[in-house]
Amino acid sequence: MSDTIEAGHGVASAARKDAPPAIILDKVNKWYGTMHVLRDVSLEIAQGERVVVCGPSGSGKSTTIRCINRLETHQEGRIVVDGIELSDDLRSLDAIRREVGMVFQSFNLFPHLTILENCTLAPIWVRKMPKAEAEALAMDYLRRVKIPEQAGKYPGQLSGGQQQRVAIARALCMKPKIMLFDEPTSALDPEMIKEVLDTMVGLAETGMTMICVTHEMGFARQVADRVVFMDRGEVVEQGPPDSLFENPRTERLKTFLSQILRGH
Amino acid sequence: MSGATADPRLAAARAVPKKRMRLSWSDPALRGIVWQVVIVALVVLGIWWLVSNTRHNLEVRRIATGFGFLWREAGLPIGEHLIDYSPTDTYFRALLVGVLNTLRVAIVGIVLATILGTLIGVARLSKNWLLAKLSAVYVEVLRDLPLLLQLLFWYAMLQGLPGPRQALHPAEGVYLSNRGLKLPGLVWEPAHGWALAAFLIGLVATYFYRRSALAKQMADGRPRPVWPAALGFLVVLPVAVWAALGAPWTVDWPALRGFNIQGGLTLSPEYFALLLGLVLYTAAFIAEIVRSGIMAVQLGQWEAAQALGLRPGQVLRRIVLPQALRVIIPPMTSQYLNLTKNSSLAVAIGYQDIVSIANTTLNQTGQAIEGVAIIMGVYLTISLSISLFMNWYNKRIALVER
Amino acid sequence: MSDMTERVVLGTAAGHSPEAVPGGVEQGAPPRRAPVTSTGLIGWLRANLFSSWLNTALTLALAYLIVRGLIGSVSWAFVNAVWSVPVTEAGAQTQACRALNGTGACWAVITEKHRFILFGTYPYEEHWRPALCILLFIGLYVVSAMRRFWRKELVLVWAVTLVAIGVLMWGGILGLSYVPQERWGGLVITLILATFGLAFAFPLAVLVALGRRSELPAIKVLCVLYVELIRGVPLISLLFMASVMFPLFLPDGVNVDKLLRAQVAIILFAGAYLAEVVRGGLQALSKGQYEAADALGLSYWQKTGFIILPQALRLVIPPLVNTFIGFFKDTSLVLIIGIFDLLTAGKTAIVEPAWQGFGIEVYIFCGLIYFLFCFAMSKYSQNLEAELNRHRRR
Repeated sequence: MSDTIEAGHGVASAARKDAPPAIILDKVNKWYGTMHVLRDVSLEIAQGERVVVCGPSGSGKSTTIRCINRLETHQEGRIVVDGIELSDDLRSLDAIRREVGMVFQSFNLFPHLTILENCTLAPIWVRKMPKAEAEALAMDYLRRVKIPEQAGKYPGQLSGGQQQRVAIARALCMKPKIMLFDEPTSALDPEMIKEVLDTMVGLAETGMTMICVTHEMGFARQVADRVVFMDRGEVVEQGPPDSLFENPRTERLKTFLSQILRGH
Repeated sequence: MSGATADPRLAAARAVPKKRMRLSWSDPALRGIVWQVVIVALVVLGIWWLVSNTRHNLEVRRIATGFGFLWREAGLPIGEHLIDYSPTDTYFRALLVGVLNTLRVAIVGIVLATILGTLIGVARLSKNWLLAKLSAVYVEVLRDLPLLLQLLFWYAMLQGLPGPRQALHPAEGVYLSNRGLKLPGLVWEPAHGWALAAFLIGLVATYFYRRSALAKQMADGRPRPVWPAALGFLVVLPVAVWAALGAPWTVDWPALRGFNIQGGLTLSPEYFALLLGLVLYTAAFIAEIVRSGIMAVQLGQWEAAQALGLRPGQVLRRIVLPQALRVIIPPMTSQYLNLTKNSSLAVAIGYQDIVSIANTTLNQTGQAIEGVAIIMGVYLTISLSISLFMNWYNKRIALVER
Repeated sequence: MSDMTERVVLGTAAGHSPEAVPGGVEQGAPPRRAPVTSTGLIGWLRANLFSSWLNTALTLALAYLIVRGLIGSVSWAFVNAVWSVPVTEAGAQTQACRALNGTGACWAVITEKHRFILFGTYPYEEHWRPALCILLFIGLYVVSAMRRFWRKELVLVWAVTLVAIGVLMWGGILGLSYVPQERWGGLVITLILATFGLAFAFPLAVLVALGRRSELPAIKVLCVLYVELIRGVPLISLLFMASVMFPLFLPDGVNVDKLLRAQVAIILFAGAYLAEVVRGGLQALSKGQYEAADALGLSYWQKTGFIILPQALRLVIPPLVNTFIGFFKDTSLVLIIGIFDLLTAGKTAIVEPAWQGFGIEVYIFCGLIYFLFCFAMSKYSQNLEAELNRHRRR
């Protein structure tokens, strides 16, 4: 893959190959009990690069990105995020979690806080930001995800799509350098998927480094610099979306693509 | 009784043709009224029957009625009393002593059971298998044995202890014998009262300091530690007051003199067994409530908060606890009420709580109705106060959703 | 999202190269075994007992306490225990027990008194009758617990069993000698109080729960008053009421025996608590069910009996069983008004001077019996809850 290739049809690539990589995974292995869920996963993600990770369920794609901000711990191999190596040291963990934002499949908004409070919580308590400033920042991001008018409401009063957009705004309020998306549209009704994907496309346009686990192939084509196909815990194939989708080299990817098509 | 339709619109629709005011059994409103009249009449009749029987019986047996006996001399000895009391005092004062004794065991019991129950509930979720299993066994065993049996067991256990002369002596100034638990006590002096007052003022001051520190942090983002001020208000200030008043410090150490242990603070075997039984039993239920409360907060909440960079303490304080408490408070209230009501089992092991004293009173005076009425009145008052307070608290922290 | 076009594009892509040469990492590396430290026994121990220094310290401390406790209780309960003592005309000779001085259990008290604890003062040679009753009760519980017997006939089974138990206990017919109620005692009284209490409290609870949700204000107020009054006072005060006030309520010459009075108090008490559980089920039922029943034109009682209750009760079976457990334990409170249940029998067994001071052994024996019943119910309720949840999820 090269910088000259304009990935997809929509967003220009912002990947900077000259800068040090944003994320390095080096021969990462993980087991759940005796189950080998990540097998020698190696990936290097450049700053500003947008990567879509796909694969059948249970292929280890969610586990991979959850290892990046250490919601899961790996047992072998190295993970370096923004120049900081993940280790048991709490300070490195804090530093990494400040730089990495995450959006979950099930939104995970805090039901006892208003939308605005959801967004200002971390800036106030982690970034030590004055409340007024945090609120202004939060309102700014809520405007970008197009729901500033919901700021005073509670998560339970919003639709799924709105909640997921709030979750994106909440992560952005920490001004992360990297955003992780863990199947952000899988729990949504079809009519709400578009509003969330649009928000993500908008985010991609700002040059954010993004790793996104998703089955939305249209999104991958439009936004991704690179698509990584995982199966049974390993990276099977990777490359620019067009070449990967149109010329799958492995049987596994072919099977997966045909299943995706049938599924839709 | 089809008047009880769930949908008010249906009822309204039926009510429209009002022109025909004919009385008919197919009219749900009429049926409702008839039903109510019949049932209320039956209840009133039943009560009237009981009352007239009772009046007749009281007359025949020449039992006095009314609460006049309250002002007569009780002549009943009470071992433990928080206020001055002697058998020459009135029944009213004896009952008051009983109420205070009930409160004494209930309040201490609620505090201790909450602490122990929370610890065990958290331990059940521990990653340490041994600790988790041990707590699970504790909960299962204690829940499945009648409280009264446990009380009798602890009481028998305490009575099986050696006498004062061979008392267990696990630490300096602590004696455990069949006469109860002896602890070193502080000789109370006015200076201690002032120090306590200073502490309470310090508590209020700390609260306001914390509020203003928080407000300032909200303004400029810079966190201000509260602990130095808290230390000053809660420790330095009371100590200073106490020292300024001459720092009186006399500890009353219990010691063996003759056949008994004298001095110090005494927990009678009855009080100790009752407290122990109530706390251990209620803690098992509270542990389950705490566990399910914490489990009710989904894992995703932890993950989302951690992913935002919150430290574990902050996650607990800002995300998990506020949500878990909502699930915990209502059942916790009923456990507090249960503990208070269960303290009435004191009568079985001879601790003189309100039930025990009211029972003696009704045996002495023969006024059973008044005696039982007093017991019920006291418990209804306590129950009502606890549930009012907890309802208020519950409303304060309720989830504002929809 | 251009989902449709995407589908087409990808479809043709797959069509164009159906025989694409497999390359790259086709089958990949075979799964490796996890590092020894994270699997098997060692892995389990590491993860669950020794995951950190703090955890290791905790494990060791707990293990030490458990081992010490176990050694202590085994030597008390088995090694040093006295299982029987000689009995002379002067009574039991408990010197051997006294000589232990608390270092061992005196199970002799159980050996000597277990018939008394289980059956009270029931005539000795007739003990098979209460024993059979206990078995009948247990059989009744087991049958009621099995879901395939949850039919209308179950009510009949209950009625027949309870009548049979009454006949067995009282006698006076079928060649059984008459045994007055004053001589009943022990476990059978506990089971009678609990079972009859349940049989009568449950229908009462259903009526009260329905009444509390009724739209007729007078009925609603009555039910609320009943439930809240009873729940606000301890059971003891109700038992006192039954034992000392009840006789005043009745007309001259009418005498209701003490057991029955206590039974009434327990029914009233249990009724209020069960009513709240049932009300929970009624509230949990979706409004649609009520509306659908109304739409079918059913009368109130048809609606309640055919549609609402069967569903609402099914919802609250687990909490109902938990309430039964509490209520089974609470029957022990009759000790305070001197009714001869299991616990009272146990307490009375050690009144005799020879056996004084051996309360611990007796209470452990009684506790074991209570525990067996309650633990069985509690496990049953947990399993049932899991099963019902499974069905609901499907």
